[in-house]
Amino acid sequence: MKDLANAAPPRRTRPRNLQELIYSKAVRTTFYQLLLASAICALGLFLYGNVVDNLTRQNITTGFGFLDQVSNFEIGEKLIPYTPRSTYFDALSVGLVNTLMVSAAGIVIATLIGFMVAIARVSGNWMLERLALSYVEVVRNIPVILQAIFWVVVLRNLPVPKNAIVLGDYGFLTNRGLYFAAPAANPVHGWMWLALAGGIVACVLGTIAARKYRETTGKYIDMLLPGLALILVPPLLVWLAAGAPAEISYPVPKGFNYVGGVSISPEFTALLIGISMYASGFIAEIVRSGIQATPKGQIEAARAIALKPRFVMRYVILPQAMRVIVPPLTSQYVSLIKNSSIAVVVGYPDLVNIGNTMMNQTGQAVEAIVVMMVVYLGVSLTASLVMNIFNRFVAIKER
Amino acid sequence: MKDLTKIHCFGAAGVSLATLMVSALPAAAESGDTMNAIKARGELLCGVHPSRPGFAAPDDKGNWAGFEADYCRALAAVVFGDATKVRFVALSSQQRFPGIQSGEVDVLTRNVTATMGRDVALGLNFTPPIFYTGTGFLVHVDSGIEKLEDLDGATICMAPGSTTEQNIAALFSARGLTYTPIVIEDNKQLVANYVEGRCDALAKDKAALPGVRAIDTENPAEHKMLPGIFSKEPLAMAVRQGDDQWYDLVKWTVYATFNGEEMGVTLANVDEMLTSPNPDIQILLGVTGDLGEKMGVSKDWAYQVIKQVGNYEDIYMRHFGPGSPIELDRDLNTQWGDGGILYGFPIK
Repeated sequence: MKDLANAAPPRRTRPRNLQELIYSKAVRTTFYQLLLASAICALGLFLYGNVVDNLTRQNITTGFGFLDQVSNFEIGEKLIPYTPRSTYFDALSVGLVNTLMVSAAGIVIATLIGFMVAIARVSGNWMLERLALSYVEVVRNIPVILQAIFWVVVLRNLPVPKNAIVLGDYGFLTNRGLYFAAPAANPVHGWMWLALAGGIVACVLGTIAARKYRETTGKYIDMLLPGLALILVPPLLVWLAAGAPAEISYPVPKGFNYVGGVSISPEFTALLIGISMYASGFIAEIVRSGIQATPKGQIEAARAIALKPRFVMRYVILPQAMRVIVPPLTSQYVSLIKNSSIAVVVGYPDLVNIGNTMMNQTGQAVEAIVVMMVVYLGVSLTASLVMNIFNRFVAIKER
Repeated sequence: MKDLTKIHCFGAAGVSLATLMVSALPAAAESGDTMNAIKARGELLCGVHPSRPGFAAPDDKGNWAGFEADYCRALAAVVFGDATKVRFVALSSQQRFPGIQSGEVDVLTRNVTATMGRDVALGLNFTPPIFYTGTGFLVHVDSGIEKLEDLDGATICMAPGSTTEQNIAALFSARGLTYTPIVIEDNKQLVANYVEGRCDALAKDKAALPGVRAIDTENPAEHKMLPGIFSKEPLAMAVRQGDDQWYDLVKWTVYATFNGEEMGVTLANVDEMLTSPNPDIQILLGVTGDLGEKMGVSKDWAYQVIKQVGNYEDIYMRHFGPGSPIELDRDLNTQWGDGGILYGFPIK
């Protein structure tokens, strides 16, 4: 390589006169990029100026000051503290957390279903393959908004709370949601979550250490069970250390609803099922393409050297499949996050639903839309960034 | 990523270009602009509710019918002498204010509660209210809910961004009650959620609830309204600020319907009334005086309103009177002489 580079004529770094400067590729490229960038900026600023100018002329209040005003409306589902005396900013935060919650759950469920359906699609079992194919074709060819409405209608037709479907002593299924028993609130739970997070970190570090050990000594350590132990033992120890609090909170009928335990609203459920099933259809096809993209020769070669079937999947098929899977998977995750905005149709208080109310109460439509767009852009770009980092781990490493 | 940072650097260069371009902007609305635009177009653009029986909804032949739709027609009668020259523009509750602000419609007659915030922050002017109502609750008869306090801990269905949402928050916190709101934009979904028992109560303007009960529920007898009105909701027409002539015209059209009822000039007898010796009626109908011309329309503007659409009582009874699908007591919506608060400024 080095010899070849030296053989090429020496590159001219500095143009010798004006004509050469104008004709040089670097200057021209920069010039056109500058021109395009300026035109785009100018257009944006023109639109912005026009909007502000017209709003001022019509005596319409502008600016983002309204975010500090008291919101004066209640929100049905909230994971962070909020009352009608909180500000619009707080209301939007509640909406954002709700959006993140349903998106995160949706991504996990869509990925699980997607991988399972994909494996069924290539299982070689005729029945299973056809079932999986039907599933994929149905869920990805029906608009996601219709799927969400379908599920909300189904859930709404469940019995009212007084005729609830009773699930043993532990739960009630009604058209107000699913109520089920859960460990009573205890400060130790926070520490247990922290311990779980620590356990996951320990598991990752342990796996890396095991691989290093294998690469240096050639001895293989199976990390499946030790890894699981590393994840689960720390929260268990914390729980035991706190005296093993085992109090369970049961839902009991009171007033219009049930009190106690944990509840999941039908709006959340309908939206979650809708967006995750829709995405799972696409994910299944992406995963299938990834698995089938692994050359058959690779698998045959792996078997020929007597690798265990488990290792064939883990060390031969998956690493190659992931290279094909991860980039399109990223765009599915991002589109799932954006699809969660159909919450406004089913009545789940996500960012858009709350943004709508805010827009109507303040009348500042332009600002409210801008806030929503910026937040979605931020969330989607973050998701892409995380997936791109993950992609760097699975991508082909040029050595 | 590298290219992105490059574009950021060049952003500054764009600023200078942009400032040059911003100078070219459309002129602001001035007095008379709206009227000229309507006349040039040949029809009035009126923003109405997409589907609120009694106020504005397309009937089975696709014609817009309703109390608020008739006020659109009254304005067309004033501008063109022809109540049919209206194009109805259905606006959702999100679209309604941007719709009037951007000039998509000339006037908004869409169940809008006149509030100070909307008046001063949205660049609007409100006419005198054409309908006084307040927040009401529709509940299931078998729920045993009899009064507001019984709704403690209830789940309540409501539309997003309405004054209802704020009213209920204030109403419940003042009484130390709690509730869970279910907020749904689509009216059909909203009502279905209530009817099928997802919500204990449906909260809306009291004037809209009888329509929901009569038309959207399968068995109206299973639903009832809680007694009492729980907030002030003066529903008014809205126009953009900046065109005083148009604002005057809309305002006096409303007063003409009030004055017509007060003076006993009705859809049925308006032609006979042209020969009435009463000087007030003569001025109202344009037999004497030139107030209409001073407002920029013909002398007989109020005659056209009453002849083609009717006075306040005619319009009210057509949509909410006995025999209509939605019967509503007039309550506050009666003349000041009869114990109501309709008080038309004198037309003289």
